[in-house]
Amino acid sequence: MTTTKHVVATIEEVPPGQHKKVHVKGRDIALFNLNGEFYALGDKCPHEAGSLCTGKVVGLAISKEPGDYQLVRPGEFVKCPWHGWEFDIRTGQSYCDPQKTRVRMYESHVENGDELAKGPYVAETFKVSVDQQYVVIEL
Amino acid sequence: MDVGPVDCDIHPNVPETHVLMPFLSDYWREQITTRAIDGLDLNTYPPKTPLYARKDWRPEKAKAASTLELLRTQALDRFNPRFAICNIVYGAQAVFNGDLSAALCSAVNDWIIQEWLNKDARLRASIIVPFNDPELAVDEIEKRAGDHRFVQVMLLTGSEMPLGRRQFWPIYRAAERHGLPIGIHAGATARHASTYTGWPSHYIEEYSAQAQSFQGQLLSLIYEGVFVKFPALKVVLIESGVTWLPSFTSRADHTWRALRAEVPWLDRAPSQFVRDHIRLTTQPFDAPEDGATVRRIIDLLDSDSMLLFASDYPHWQFDGDDALPPGISDELARKIMVDNPLATYPRLRELAQ
Amino acid sequence: MNVQVRGAKSAEGAQRLGVIDCDIHPVMRSPGDLKKYLSPKWHDHLDTYGSFHRQPFVQGDIYPRAAPYLSRRDAMPPNGGPPGSDLEFMRAQLLDLHNIEVGVLQVLGGGTHQRNIDYGAAICSAINNWQVAEWISHDERLRGSISITQEYPEAAVAEIRKHGPDKRFVQIGMNQRSLEPAGRRRYWPIYEAAVEFDLSLGIHTGGYNGHAPVPGGGWPSYYAEQHHLINVCQQNVLSSMVMEGVFEQFPTLRVVLVEGGFTWAPALTWRLDKLWKKLRSEVPRLTRPPSDYIRQHIWFTTQPVDDMGSPERLREICDLVGWDRLCFSSDYPHWDFDDPRYAFTFRLSESEKLAIFNRNARQAYNLQ
Repeated sequence: MTTTKHVVATIEEVPPGQHKKVHVKGRDIALFNLNGEFYALGDKCPHEAGSLCTGKVVGLAISKEPGDYQLVRPGEFVKCPWHGWEFDIRTGQSYCDPQKTRVRMYESHVENGDELAKGPYVAETFKVSVDQQYVVIEL
Repeated sequence: MDVGPVDCDIHPNVPETHVLMPFLSDYWREQITTRAIDGLDLNTYPPKTPLYARKDWRPEKAKAASTLELLRTQALDRFNPRFAICNIVYGAQAVFNGDLSAALCSAVNDWIIQEWLNKDARLRASIIVPFNDPELAVDEIEKRAGDHRFVQVMLLTGSEMPLGRRQFWPIYRAAERHGLPIGIHAGATARHASTYTGWPSHYIEEYSAQAQSFQGQLLSLIYEGVFVKFPALKVVLIESGVTWLPSFTSRADHTWRALRAEVPWLDRAPSQFVRDHIRLTTQPFDAPEDGATVRRIIDLLDSDSMLLFASDYPHWQFDGDDALPPGISDELARKIMVDNPLATYPRLRELAQ
Repeated sequence: MNVQVRGAKSAEGAQRLGVIDCDIHPVMRSPGDLKKYLSPKWHDHLDTYGSFHRQPFVQGDIYPRAAPYLSRRDAMPPNGGPPGSDLEFMRAQLLDLHNIEVGVLQVLGGGTHQRNIDYGAAICSAINNWQVAEWISHDERLRGSISITQEYPEAAVAEIRKHGPDKRFVQIGMNQRSLEPAGRRRYWPIYEAAVEFDLSLGIHTGGYNGHAPVPGGGWPSYYAEQHHLINVCQQNVLSSMVMEGVFEQFPTLRVVLVEGGFTWAPALTWRLDKLWKKLRSEVPRLTRPPSDYIRQHIWFTTQPVDDMGSPERLREICDLVGWDRLCFSSDYPHWDFDDPRYAFTFRLSESEKLAIFNRNARQAYNLQ
C-alpha cells in the first residue's frame, strides 16, 4: 500500500501540550504535541465515536494502595469527552483495555519545508514555505 | 498577665474553591478541574441568607469576611481583641470521599496560614480536619500541631456517627496530647436528617436545629466516656446557643441517677462533666434582650468558667458593637472575655506571656 | 473493533427509522431565567435562600460528578450558556444528527426535592411553563414531562391537571429518590392523576431524599459508587411499586424507569417471583406474580447500555427483559450519553430496531 505525505500543520500551530483536529483523506485525525513530539490519533473514540479532540488532556492517576494517589505522565493521556475513557496519546491504547480497545495511530513526523519542497506531498489548506517546519502525516 | 479580650469565634470565609488550588497535589488539582468540583459552601450557612452576614458586614460583590481587609475594618479594629480564633466553616469537612476531604481540609489550613495567620499577629485558628475519617483527621492534627498559632481542633456537630463513639477517640487522644481543645462548631455534613423527625422545610428550622444536634452530641461525649478516658480534654461548643444547657444538664443528671449502671464508667454526674470539660461561646446566646434573664441563666450554669466570648463575625447574631449579651457584670465580662479563653486554650496562654 | 463496525451498521437502520429519544435534558441558560416564569412572590426567596436540599452543600453535588455540568465536553453551545440550554445547538448535535422523531424532555432538579414544598411547587410550575414557552412550542419533535413536587401530592395533582390536557406533555416526571418508597399510598394521588390524563410516569434517577445510597448501609465515598447505585435505587423503586399493589390499584398505569439500567431486571424479577410464592399471604392484594406486573406496566430506557461483556450476553439479557420493554434514550447532553448508532454492541434485527428505537416508546407514552 502506498502512502502519501500530508502536510497538516506548521509546528507553531500546535505548541507543546496542545492539540488540533486535522483532516486527511476524509478522516478526522487528532494531532497532539507532547513536549515537541507529535502524535496523530484517529479522532473517533472506538467506544461510541466521541471526538477525542474535544476531550480533556490529563495525566495518569495511579496508586500503590487505597488512599495513595499519584499523577504520572502529566498531559500524556486524553479522556474521551463523552464517557471519560482514557487513551495513551503515545500508543492510542485504552488504559483500561489496552489489548482490545485502541485508537488508530497514524504515522506522523516533522519535516523542514525545504525537504518537503522536493515533493511529493499534499497540503490542502496552506502553502509550504522552505523556511518553516511542518507536521506531516503519512496515509 | 494583662491582655485584651479573646474573640473565640470569627469566620473568615473561603471565597471559592480555586483559592485552595495552590495547596493541593497535582492529582487533586486535576480532579478538581476535570470534574469541576466546586460550590462547597455548607447548607448550614448559605452565603446569601441574612444570618450569614450582618447587613453592614456584607460587601457588595465579595463573599462576606472573605478578605483580611474586611475582617480588620469590620471586626478586629472594632472589637479590638488580643486574639481572634478563625473557625473556617466550609464544606471541606463534609465531602464524602475521605481522601478528598482530607486534601481540602489540609489546603484550607495552609490557606489560613498564608492568607490570615501570616498577615495579622492577632489571628489564631482552629485546625480543620476530615473528622468523619478519624485516621486522616489525626494525620492533619499531627501535621499542624507544631504551629502554635493553631489553638484547637475543629469538628462539626453534624457527624456521620455520634461524636462520643470510640471511632473518634484517636482524634481526642491526639488533641489532648498536643494541648488542643476540641471545638465543635455548628454545621451539618448531612449524613443524617438534621432533626430526629426528619428534614425540616426551612433554613430557619435547619439552623435552629443545630442546638438540638449539639445536645445529642454532648450527651454522646459524656455517656461514651470521652472525658473519663481523656481527663485533660476540653470541648468548646461553638455557635451552639447557651440557654438550653441548664435544662439539658438537669435532665442528664436525673437520667444518670436512674440508669447509671448502664454506663458504670461515669464516676460523676453529667453536670459535673459539663462544668469540668465543656465550654460554650457566647454568640448566639439565645436569651431575651434583658439583663435580668441573662443573669438568671448564667446563675443556672453553676459556673462562671464555662463561657467564652465570641463575636461570631460576620454572622448576624447582634447589632451594633456590643457583642456580649446584656446584664453581665464587669467582673464576669472579664472572665468571659479574657480569663476563660486563656484557661481553655493553653496555646493562647503561652503566647500571651 | 468488530463490535463497533457492526454497531455502526445497525444504527444506520435506526436512523432511517426515526428515533424516539426518551431522555433529553434541557436546562436554563442561567439560573436567573427561572424568574421569568416563577411567581413574583418567590423572587426574593430565590435570591436569598435559593435551593434547599437534603445534602451538605449549597451548590456542589453530594458526589462531585465526572465532568463540568455533568455533560459531554463537546456539548457547550457555541453561543454560550450551559450544555442543553440552546435549542439550535441541540438540533444540530442531537435532533437532526440522529434523526430524532420524538424527543422526551426530562427536566432535572428544580422543584422536585426542595425541602420547602411550596417553593418546590412554584418552581415546578415555572419549569412547566418554561418547557411550553421555550421548548415544546418551538420544535414539534419535543415532548414535555410535567415537573412535580412528588412530596406534595396535592400541588403535584394540580400541576398535572393544568398541563395534562396538553398532549405535548407525555409523562409526569418523578424522581427515583422519594422520601418514602415509591409504592406508598402518599404518592397514589399522583398515580391516579397519571391514569386520568393518560400520562405515563417517568421515574428518573437523581434527587435528594437524604437517604444513604448504600441501602441500609450508609454513605459511600466515591461518585463511582453512587453512579452505580442509581441502578440499585431503581430496583428499590420497582419492588415497592409492585409490592404495595400500585398496579392492582391502577391497572392501566404505565411506568418508564429512566436512566436506571435494565440488565438487572431479570434477576430482580426472579427474586420477587420466588419470594411471592412463599410469602404471598403477606401481600394478598397481589393477584399475580410480580413478573406479570413488571412485564405489563414497566418500560426501561436503555442508556447507559451496560454491554454485559459481550454482544451475545447483552442480547440474552434483552431477550429476558423483553424486546417490547426497552426504549432508546440518549441522555443528551450528559457525559454518559448514548449514541443511537453505537449504543448496542450487537446487530439488531429490523424488528428489534423498530421496537427499541421507536415502537416501544410509542406504547410507553401512548404516542399517536
